[in-house]
Amino acid sequence: MSVYPDASDKPMVSGPRPRLPGSFRLAWPAFLKNAVPDILLPAAFAVAVLVLWELSVRLFDVPAFVLPGPLQFLSVLANRFDAIAGMAMQTVRSTIIGFAAGVTVGLTIGGLIGSSRSLYDMINPTLIGFNAIPSVALIPLFVVWFGVGPHVAVLTSAMVCFFPVTVIVATAIAASSPELDDVLRSLGARKIDVLLKVSIPRAMPQFFGSIKIAITGAFIGTIVAETVAANSGIGYVMVVATNNMDVPLAFAGLIVLSAMGVFFYIASRIIETRLTGWAYRRE
Amino acid sequence: MSTLVDLDRVSLTYGEGRRDSTPALAETSLRISEGEFVAVVGPSGCGKSSLLKLVSGLHRASSGNVIVAEREVTEPIKIVGMAFQNANLLPWRSTLRNVMLPVEIVEPHRSRFRRERQAYVERARSLLHTVGLAGFEERLPWQLSGGMQQRTSLCRALIHEPALLLLDEPFAALDAFTREELWSVLQLLWMEKRFTVILVTHDLREALYLADTIYVMSARPGRILVRHEVGLDRPRTLASTYEPAFVDALATLRGHISDARGNGAHS
Repeated sequence: MSVYPDASDKPMVSGPRPRLPGSFRLAWPAFLKNAVPDILLPAAFAVAVLVLWELSVRLFDVPAFVLPGPLQFLSVLANRFDAIAGMAMQTVRSTIIGFAAGVTVGLTIGGLIGSSRSLYDMINPTLIGFNAIPSVALIPLFVVWFGVGPHVAVLTSAMVCFFPVTVIVATAIAASSPELDDVLRSLGARKIDVLLKVSIPRAMPQFFGSIKIAITGAFIGTIVAETVAANSGIGYVMVVATNNMDVPLAFAGLIVLSAMGVFFYIASRIIETRLTGWAYRRE
Repeated sequence: MSTLVDLDRVSLTYGEGRRDSTPALAETSLRISEGEFVAVVGPSGCGKSSLLKLVSGLHRASSGNVIVAEREVTEPIKIVGMAFQNANLLPWRSTLRNVMLPVEIVEPHRSRFRRERQAYVERARSLLHTVGLAGFEERLPWQLSGGMQQRTSLCRALIHEPALLLLDEPFAALDAFTREELWSVLQLLWMEKRFTVILVTHDLREALYLADTIYVMSARPGRILVRHEVGLDRPRTLASTYEPAFVDALATLRGHISDARGNGAHS
């Protein structure tokens, strides 16, 4: 039996559920209409910058060891693609392994600290103190302890990821809503119930905020470690190239780094919207 | 009818023994029968919400006895459902899954939930249907209006079929029309299932519309000043609120509240 089938308080959103990201509009006219502002204009701008760059370099006769033109470093990239790709893969590997390790440990420890008030009060100040140390400052110590190699890059990116994730997750989990807690307590909820059903899902948006900080940081950490203490990876390529005054190669390295950075950012965005779509109101 | 809730000279002081301790309730006694619909009204800050916390076992009394279902309350009791002024829904769960939250947690439903999931889904759907939310099961809370969120919150409070429903100003944040609609929804649910209700409110019309018995509390620290039995027939409707008996009762109650606030002037 329904009392008010035509309840006068209408939902704020009616009609079909909002479109989830990842589903594409395929209707041809809409696609065409959006293609100009969404794709063509940004692409045209990027090409214009490169063309202007190339022209300036040629017009003012800038030597290649100061600033190479795009044609020059792109051809270096094409000619030495296999070698550069191998180095790039090493950088990606170090970044992802370090990132995964740092986030996993950070999430676990942050979750533990956040779910106990006294633990949180006790540990958080120390954690913030450690967090204040730029993790790349630890690279020389890692070299002393573990020697030179790709593991330094992995350790550095893991350290960079660990602190923001831990601090942010701990704070997010520790946040509570008193009335909801009353509801749960009166149901006889165990601590683990509250953690799994309420605290962790509620902390997800902040967690993904920290993930975006972490992935950027992991990438920077890896590159810095590779320039200081490695014999492979794009960071190493950059050092070798500039030592040999091979500036076009250094720029080829920069292009690869830019592509990788964009890749990491997009990947984390996609995972974020998949898992925490509820936190973002959409039309 | 047998007594479900028995408060015997119960006092509650927050921060007992400290210099800044606040007395919330003083020497409060009341007795609620099974299936009775009770409303508690009083000036703001008079300890109405504290009363609910004592009954549910979320707080322990400083002195006196709280007995629910013939047992002294010493820890949170599991036969209660609760709803507050804020719906407190989990924003990542659909309406249906928000309603299901209690049966995933409270025994004995918790152990049955996995095997009899479909039965529980059906129960939740039929509850949502009763409050006028059929067709909204898969919506997320932000896609619902305030009134719909509050209906969902009511369903969540009732899904595990608690013997005692505790409502802390559940309709206070809603507009007048939605509020009156939800009075009718709540009355209907209650007449169908006959659980016991303690409704804390500052809306005297709401109390008169819904309750069998109204307790008027004094300003802090709260004591019960008046016990008012509402003799109006059920089901009550908005039309009943304009009948002379209702209007007279309203005037009487308003007088009690003015006294409770400590000013003799009846406004």
